[in-house]
Parts: sequence; structure tokens; C-alpha cells
Amino acid sequence: MNRGGSSPSAAANYLLCTNCRKVLRKDKRIRVSQPLTRGPSAFIPEKEVVQANTVDERTNFLVEEYSTSGRLDNITQVMSLHTQYLESFLRSQFYMLRMDGPLPLPYRHYIAIMAAARHQCSYLINMHVDEFLKTGGIAEWLNGLEYVPQRLKNLNEINKLLAHRPWLITKEHIQKLVKTGENNWSLPELVHAVVLLAHYHALASFVFGSGINPERDPEISNGFRLISVNNFCVCDLANDNNIENASLTGSNFGIVDSLSELEALMERMKRLQEEREDEEASQEEMTTRFEKEKKESLFVVSGDTFHSFPHSDFEDDMIVTSDVSRYIEDPGFGYEDFARRGEEHLPTFRAQDYTWENHGFSLVNRLYSDIGHLLDEKFRMVYNLTYNTMATHEDVDTTTLRRALFNYVHCMFGIRYDDYDYGEVNQLLERSLKVYIKTVTCYPERTTKRMYDSYWRQFKHSEKVHVNLLLMEARMQAELLYALRAITRHLT
Amino acid sequence: MEKMSRVTTALGGSALTGRTMHCHLDAPANAISVCRDAAQVVVAGRSIFKIYAIEEEQFVEKLNLRVGRKPSLNLSCADVVWHQMDENLLATAATNGVVVTWNLGRPSRNKQDQLFTEHKRTVNKVCFHPTEAHVLLSGSQDGFMKCFDLRRKDSVSTFSGQSESVRDVQFSIRDYFTFASTFENGNVQLWDIRRPDRCERMFTAHNGPVFCCDWHPEDRGWLATGGRDKMVKVWDMTTPRAKEMHCVQTIASVARVKWRPECRHHLATCSMMVDHNIYVWDVRRPFVPAAMFEEHRDVTTGIAWRHPHDPCFLLSGSKDSTLCQHLFRDASQPVERANPEGLCYGLFGDVAFAAKDSLVAAESGRKPYAGDRRHPIFFKRKLDPAEPFSGLASSALSVFETEPGGGSMSWFVDTAERYALAGRPLAELCDHNAKVARELGRNQVAQTWTMLRIIYCSPGLVSSASLNHSVGKGSSCGLPLINSFNLKDMTPGLGSETRLDRSKGDTRSDTVLLDSSATLITNEDNEETEGSDVPADYLLGDVEGEEDELYPLDPEHVHPEEPEYVLPQEAFPLRHEILDTPSGPEHLQDKADSPHVSGSEADAASLAPVDSFSLLSISHALYDSRLPSDFFSVLVCDMLRFYAEQGDVQMAVSVLIVLGERVRKDIDEQTQEHWYTSYIDLLQRFCLWNVSNEVVKLSTSRAVSCLNQASTTLHVNCSHCKRPMSSRGWVCDRCHRCASMCAVCHHVVKGLFVWCQGCSHGGHLQHIMKWLEGSSHCPAGCGHLCEYS
Repeated sequence: MNRGGSSPSAAANYLLCTNCRKVLRKDKRIRVSQPLTRGPSAFIPEKEVVQANTVDERTNFLVEEYSTSGRLDNITQVMSLHTQYLESFLRSQFYMLRMDGPLPLPYRHYIAIMAAARHQCSYLINMHVDEFLKTGGIAEWLNGLEYVPQRLKNLNEINKLLAHRPWLITKEHIQKLVKTGENNWSLPELVHAVVLLAHYHALASFVFGSGINPERDPEISNGFRLISVNNFCVCDLANDNNIENASLTGSNFGIVDSLSELEALMERMKRLQEEREDEEASQEEMTTRFEKEKKESLFVVSGDTFHSFPHSDFEDDMIVTSDVSRYIEDPGFGYEDFARRGEEHLPTFRAQDYTWENHGFSLVNRLYSDIGHLLDEKFRMVYNLTYNTMATHEDVDTTTLRRALFNYVHCMFGIRYDDYDYGEVNQLLERSLKVYIKTVTCYPERTTKRMYDSYWRQFKHSEKVHVNLLLMEARMQAELLYALRAITRHLT
Repeated sequence: MEKMSRVTTALGGSALTGRTMHCHLDAPANAISVCRDAAQVVVAGRSIFKIYAIEEEQFVEKLNLRVGRKPSLNLSCADVVWHQMDENLLATAATNGVVVTWNLGRPSRNKQDQLFTEHKRTVNKVCFHPTEAHVLLSGSQDGFMKCFDLRRKDSVSTFSGQSESVRDVQFSIRDYFTFASTFENGNVQLWDIRRPDRCERMFTAHNGPVFCCDWHPEDRGWLATGGRDKMVKVWDMTTPRAKEMHCVQTIASVARVKWRPECRHHLATCSMMVDHNIYVWDVRRPFVPAAMFEEHRDVTTGIAWRHPHDPCFLLSGSKDSTLCQHLFRDASQPVERANPEGLCYGLFGDVAFAAKDSLVAAESGRKPYAGDRRHPIFFKRKLDPAEPFSGLASSALSVFETEPGGGSMSWFVDTAERYALAGRPLAELCDHNAKVARELGRNQVAQTWTMLRIIYCSPGLVSSASLNHSVGKGSSCGLPLINSFNLKDMTPGLGSETRLDRSKGDTRSDTVLLDSSATLITNEDNEETEGSDVPADYLLGDVEGEEDELYPLDPEHVHPEEPEYVLPQEAFPLRHEILDTPSGPEHLQDKADSPHVSGSEADAASLAPVDSFSLLSISHALYDSRLPSDFFSVLVCDMLRFYAEQGDVQMAVSVLIVLGERVRKDIDEQTQEHWYTSYIDLLQRFCLWNVSNEVVKLSTSRAVSCLNQASTTLHVNCSHCKRPMSSRGWVCDRCHRCASMCAVCHHVVKGLFVWCQGCSHGGHLQHIMKWLEGSSHCPAGCGHLCEYS
């Protein structure tokens, strides 16, 4: 972990991980045992979350008001570290699941299942399987995509693209779905579905990014529903060195090191905020910086040596060991770097040409009334949320940092802001954080506790959850922008 | 733009000529601006920056300002503005936050003059001072507005909106120092250019971003704003509090707004999304646009009046890569297409009717409403010569009063309540209705019913009808029964209409589930009645089919005449199934109902009682004169039309329902629909909800039976935790308790729940009724004296 003595052991652990996988591949019956960690998250010590919770009446009220399951689930518990945000999150989620909308209730949950299945997020799947049945869904559908009406099945293509390569969505996809015929979707229905898909893809990112534990609920132990795919390798979880241990066991040098890292980061932020961008940064320079960032995001994960085994292998693993694949088709389809695609002249999405505020909102709100306002509030909330603190420091303006996180996510989806200097990303986001961001947004199912721990070691857990919220919303907005742009093009 | 009211141009106010025309650009436009000579227009966009000359017949490209091998982001324009004092001076706002000025007088190919890189985010808007040559204002996404003096290298002053982003900035035309800015959070601020520390005034104008604003060219202090909330508002800023004077509701978010020159109350708008047209509104008539330009195929991004004193020429640029000149005389006027008549009932049966002057004048001689005492009152609007469509706007209002007492409609109510429309053999229905009519003293109607009975119920006819019927169907007399329970028997022809069940929303998947079970039940039922092989392949189809194939059905399986009534039939019994399956007694009753639904004997033939009836009729066949079955139908149809013309639509609809299939095909769908809707409307006016519902249910017109499928959701809250119960009506998702227990039997009530409004105890309808027959106290033992009426 620290640069001190523990890094060899870390490496060993990673090796063990691959070993585990090999073992798993050999004997598919081996089930990773449930982690013994308590509390809502495998990454965050229980007391951090619980402490915050007991204080908070507000959260309970919100859960009362907006939770569909009527209880405080783990996601909510972790999010309740940021109550302000939690409210807009729950409100929009409740609206899309329960309030007036073009889709019938069981459909909504089934779509949520389909979306979560793209990332093998068993947590969300279990949750919605339950809700699906509760709202009167047909149990047979849960046997897989072959059992659902063709209409829902048709949604599969757009689900796949939206989850992994949203830039490939074209108006032809939309046309195919809304073309009059036996199984066509009306535009409001489609928009509802797209909002649900984007929401649950993004939420899967959050679930993995924050290491949300499965609900320990005796009620669901209805065998056939419970899909248990464990996303964290045993050895990874067993190695329970959270921040405290790490800093205790590590040498003093480590602490000093990460402290100075923090100072340096703050220094850089301050500099960026005060000093005007040198005029010399020419047009080409800016473009290059964006391209560079895009390219670099290419290497971020593949550069992570521990995942250097071939993708196909890895994916096979995931598929074989999971029952969730029955909700998806073409499970091998995954994120492919936008930069790599870029070489085939896929145009960069210019953020200014299709913004959420101007265009996305109007379209969404027109076709699925009021959701626009809720999403708008949520995006605004997450973008502007700040406590003006960084780790132990107070009164810090974190605007640049938040913007860097948001734009970096969009950058990986090929969305470029003309007015952003992508050099800032490089200055503000350290490599381990980039690894984490990339994993959480693009391959959330591969997130490990180690990744979570390895960046920003001095920061509080609540701050890391804040990062996750930013990543989640940025991802959701990116998906929505691509989908809505396609719908707009279809309309014109 | 049209701000230079004091500058006279070389062309003069009236010299402009031209026609409606457009030219293709290479790329989508983001903004346009007109030169003060009204002969040139500049178009700017992400990858276009060109000046076009406006000639008589066409646009001619004059200059391409986008030079250089590598296009720079500085050239990716979000906005462009042409100085109204200096023909050589332009400014653009770039998406990367740079403000660029251009001097057309430069000798080199590159006309770029100055570069201001002070904004950190995209600059949304630039604006020149209307009378000062060197003052430029910009508003940016970063929440700052900056004022530049073009003689200096950097900004003179910076204004902080204390808010997210500035969407528009506009110098006031009348007040030298004032400018307005609009913000993404819905605020509008008024600034004094000399005081950068704080704004003079701020108010919330819109819900959501305010995309644009424009000062009135003549009226001091009038500001028009347009926002994402689809509104255009006109504010009077001269009063201490900004006062909203007018509000126009458009159909999409408003991207640009421009006052029309020389027309005090007119302004032009275009929208950001979805809607591609440009509208010109008279703010005093906010409901219908005065004019509409429909040339563009994608959203319009920039509009500009060609000359500050000419109201006829409008230029526009669009995302569809075209530049257009619109002439006012070529505009389409939605008013012409509007329906200028209005009609309304008063509380006591008075009728008010408003129409165009000309129309009323023409008709008044004819006295179309003879029979009513007539007290026409005419109002005439004063004509406003300034209004272009004042001629259309003048209208007359007539009020017709009903005679006191004469308007009594008790016969209508009585008839509606007492008529029997279905559920019995035709002969009985006719007899019953004749009796009702006679008792109410309507002898002609009574006579008609009697005649109908004679025409249609002379036994021979029935036998021949049922003969035809069985031939058509083979031996599958059980078939209609299946129909009444199954969703799937929709013909391909009905495919599009079958999607109606979407409106059922949540219940839909339930339906599918029930569907299969219903099939099984029917199968068992049929076993004994026929035992033949016909339904077998019918059912086979279901078993093989996938979920979605439950809907279509091979045409061969359907009796050629069936499609007409298949749909309503499917819809209603099924819904009852959903509601009532669990509760025994209701279920029985429901079953008894189902044959009525079709209202036609063809279906009823499958059920036992009616079977015996048809047997009976066969035995009477000897007396038959053997007339073809449709011998009288022409006559009957004429009769129905007669009644409808007379205003007795009740009779027309009742006969239509009672006779069902026999006459339906001879009257066109639209007329039927019209009758139905009129009758239902009447019934609802008399609060005869039950009757109107029955009529809707029995109607065979698709549009009518749809009425009962709209807003069918009933929201229920849990009595313990007060939360809405989403999935089922009787068990709460949250507290996992059964909400509605019957006070008598202590079981869960899943169907009709009746409760006392005094003590709020209740239970099964039958149980409560029974209980209250024997006791007047509440069954829950609370001591309340409940009443049941």
C-alpha cells in the first residue's frame, strides 16, 4: 500500500487474485464466501457510516418518504453521508420507479435489472428482482431474456451500447425501436426506459465503487432469486488494511509522503484557480491536451499490470461465474476506449453543441414530464456540493477538483468541453485516482478495495463517497446526453 | 441589430425589397447578426463564419472570415454581433471562452482584430453598446460579465452575477448606462455600467434558465425575456418592482426573442429544441401567434430583423445549415386556421354562443334556434386599427335563455334510468322499454319499441340468423366464451388498436398472467358443453405462442363479423377478472354479466339460457314469413337518424345498443360515435354516471369504449403507515400488513370495500349489508350507529 514495506505484499495479493480466478475457472462450483465485513460497505469501516446515521433524522425521514422498499438499504446508508444529495437522489429514483410514467411498474424494475446485469451488479439485481415480483411482475421473466416480451428484449441493444459505448448510439437505433409495429416503443416510453437504464448503469458504478455489501435480509432467502456473485476477491477482502492499519503499519515516511501529496495537490489547485491560464496555450495545444487525456485514459487500466491478463479470459471468468448473464445478450461487449475508437474518426462529442441544460433537459421533460427538473436538480446538486474541506483542511475551494473529476469522466466517453483545459486533469488527478475513476466508470465490476484505498490516502471516507457520487452522476449525464442526442436527431 | 433607432440608413425605411428565400450554408449556424446597412448578414457557428450580402433574389457569399489552415477554437462561435455604428466592426463569442473582435477594414485576409481571453468558460453572449463605438459587453458560463473598451487590451470592469452562468446580456437602448443580464438560475439582473460592485436590481423571471432577453426599441424599460420554462415574459422595469406585463406561453423552450420594429406589441421568438418554427407574437394575444415561419427543418438558432425600421423582413439561421429571409406577407397565420366559435352552457340551461361577426350576421336572419325564446345580447369589441388581424378578432356573443319550466328534462332522466339495454332477450328488452316510454307518456317512442320487437323478434328471423351464425362458426359455439376471457383474440387488423391496453398501465402484466389461467378455466368449462375438437387448435395456438404472440390471432379463427365487437368485449370482462377473481359472490355475478357485454345475440348463443331461447324460436319457425334478415334495417336506420335529428339521441343510442349487430353495420362508424358521445355527455350532465358508464361499456365504437380505459388507476393509501400502496390494493409493501379488513368476517377485503363515513369501519359489501339488516350498530363494536343507504 504505502510506498514503504507493504508494496511487495500488495503485489503478492494481486497475484493471489489471479490465482483465485484460475482456481475459479477450474472449478466453477467454488463460491466465494460472503465477506464477513459488517456494515453497508466493504470499503468503508462500519462505524464511519453508522456514526453518521444515528445522528441523522433527516435520512430516516427521506427513506420513509421515498424509498421503494421501505427500509434503509446499504446504498442509502452510504449516501446518507451526504444528506443534501441523498434527497435529490431518492426523489428522482422514486419518481422514475413509482410515480406517473409511461411504463408499467414491473417493466421499470425489469429494466433496472437489465441495466444492472450489464455490470453484473448482483446487489441491484437482487433488489429489483424483489421489487419486480412485488409490483406484480411475472416470475417467468426472471428466467432470462428469452422469456420476456419481444418489446423488452428489443431494449437490449440500446442497453448494451449505453452501458459500455454510448457514443455508438445513433438515430437508427432509436428509429428501430419506435418504428410502428407489433413491438414498438412510444417516445415517452423510450425516454423513460433510457433514463432508467442510465440511472442504473451509473448506480452500479456507485455500488462497486463504494463496495456496497449485499443486504443481509433473511426475507429474500427465497433461493431462486438470490444471485450471489461476489465481486470482491476473497483474498482482497481478507486483506483488511484500511487506512488506519496502513498508516499504522507503514513507516512514518509514508504518512509524511501522503501528507505532502495532499499539500501539493492543494497547492496546485490554488495555483490553477488564481493564475490565469497562460495565453500561450494555443488552440492546437488544447486539442492535444484533450487527445492526450483521452489517449492516456487508454493506458490507465491496461497499464495496471495486475489486470494485464487478456480481456477475453477475464470476461469469460465473469460470465461463467455469474447467473446474471441471463438478463443480457452479448455479454462480451464491454467498454472500449473512446480514444482507440477515435482513430476510426468517430467525432468527438462537443459538449457545447448538446448540453444538458439547454437541450437534454427540454427533451426529457417534454417526453417524460418532471423528470427533467428532478435530474436537473440532482446534477446541479452533485456538481455544486462542497463542504469546503479537503481531508484535514478547511476553507478550500474544491471547484477545480470537482470539475476535473466530472470532465475526466466525460472525456472517457468522448465528450469534450471547449472551455476546459485538460491539462488541469493531469495536474489534479494522480495516477491511482485515474485508475480508480476509469475502473469505476467503465468497468465497475472490477473495482477492488485496493484501488479504493490507494488514492487520496489522507482523505475521509465521506470525501471518497463524494467522489463516487460525482463519478456516478457524470456517467449518467454522459449516457443521457448520447441517448437524447440520438432521439433529437431522430425527431428532426 | 435593430437598436439604432436614431440612425437613418442609406436605404431609408421603405426601400427594402426582396422575397422569401434561403441559401445553404456549409455548417449549422449558431447566431446571425445584420449590418446596419441592412444589406449584409453575418452567420457564425462552430465551423462557419461568413458574411453574406442580401440581394434581391438571393444571398451571395461575400466574405469568409474563417481563415487559416488549422481552424482554431477561437473561431468556434457561440454568438456574433455586428456593431450598429461601425460597419467594419464585429465581435464573436467563442465556445472556449475567448471574445474576439473583427475589423473588416483590415487589408489582410485575416480580419481578426483583438482577442480577449479573460473568461474561463464558454462565452454565451456579446453585445455592443448601441451608441458608444468602443464598448463591448460579454456574458459567460463562468458567471461573470465583462465590459471591454476596444481601445484597451483588457477588460475595463467585471461584473459578478454571484450565480452559475450568464446566458444573455443586453444594453438598454434608452438608458445609456444600463444593461440587463439573464442567468441560468432564472434570475434577471439590471446593472449600471459604472458600478461593477453590485447590481441595481435583481428578480426571478423564470423557472429554470433564462436564455434570452431583449429591450423594447421604443418603450423605455420594457424588457422581454424568454426561458426554458417555455414562456416569454414582458417586464416593465420603470416601476420600483419589475412588473410582469405580458406573458406568452410557447410550446418549447425559448432560445431567442426579438422585438419587431415598428410594431409596439410584436416580438419574434424561436425555440431551443424540438420546435423549428419562428413565431411572431402579439403579446396582448398570448394564445395564438400572429405569424409563423415554417421554413426551417431543424431548430432555429438565430433571428434578426433586417432593418430597425422595417417590420417585414426577418432573417434567420438554423442548425439545418440554412440562412433564410422571411417576408411577413408570406408568413402563415395560425389565426386563419383557428376555430373562432365558442359555445357554453350556463348553470340554468342557458346557452352562450360566440362567433365571428360575419357569421352571425348571415345567420341571424334565419333564426336557427326557433322554438327557444331568444334574447340575443351582442358585444362588439372595439376595433384597434393597429392590429393586423382585428377583422378576425371582432366577434359577437349571443346568449340564449331557456324557457323556465320548459327545460324540464325529467323524462330524460327517468328514461335513462329505467331503460333496459342488455341482459335479456331482445323481445323482453323491447317490451320493457316500450312500457317505460308509455308510462312516461311518450307514446311514439313506445310504439317504436313495439314495432322493433315485431320486426326483429318474429321467430323465423331469429332462427335464420342463428343458422347463419352456426354455419359461419362451425361447431364452435364455445368460442365466444373464450373470447370474453382472453386477451389474445385480437385480429391482426385490430393490431394498432389493441395497444389500447397500454393505458391500463400497471395492470397489464397482471392481465397477461391471468390470461393464461383464464384460458385454462374456459377450457374446462367448455369441455362439457361441446366436447368437440374445435377449441383444441385454438388453444394449441396459445400454448405454443410466446408471450407476445398472445395478442395476434390467425384470421381464420375469427368469425368474419367478430372483429367489430371483439375489442370492447375483451377489455371489460378481463378487467373484472382482475378485480374480482378472489371474491366469490362478485365473481358469480360477473359471470352472469359477461354475456350482456356483447349486446348481441351472436355471442349470447353460447350460454345456456339463451341457447334454450334459440331452440324455442326454432320451434316457432313455422309462423315465419321468411323475410331476409336485413329487410327492415334500412327503415330502422332511417328511423334512428330521424330520432337523432329530432334531438332525441337517447332513443337513437338505446335502440342501437339493444339491436346491436343487426343494425350497426348499416350506420357509419362516425355517426354512431357521434351519437354515443352526445348521449354520454348528456348523461354526465345529469350526473347519471352509472347509466353513462353502462352505455360506454355496451358501446361498440372503439373511440367510445376507450373512454373507460383512461385514468383507471385508483390510488389507495395504507391505513397504518399512510403510504401509497403501489402494487396491490390490500397489502402494504412497507409495513407488510393487510390494510383493509372486513369488520364482520375479519378477512382481507380484496374487492369492493364499503365503509362508514362516521366511524370508518367497514368491510365486504355483502357482509355489511347483511349485518346492518340485523343491527344498526357498527360491526366493529365501536358503538357508532352506522347507516347504509
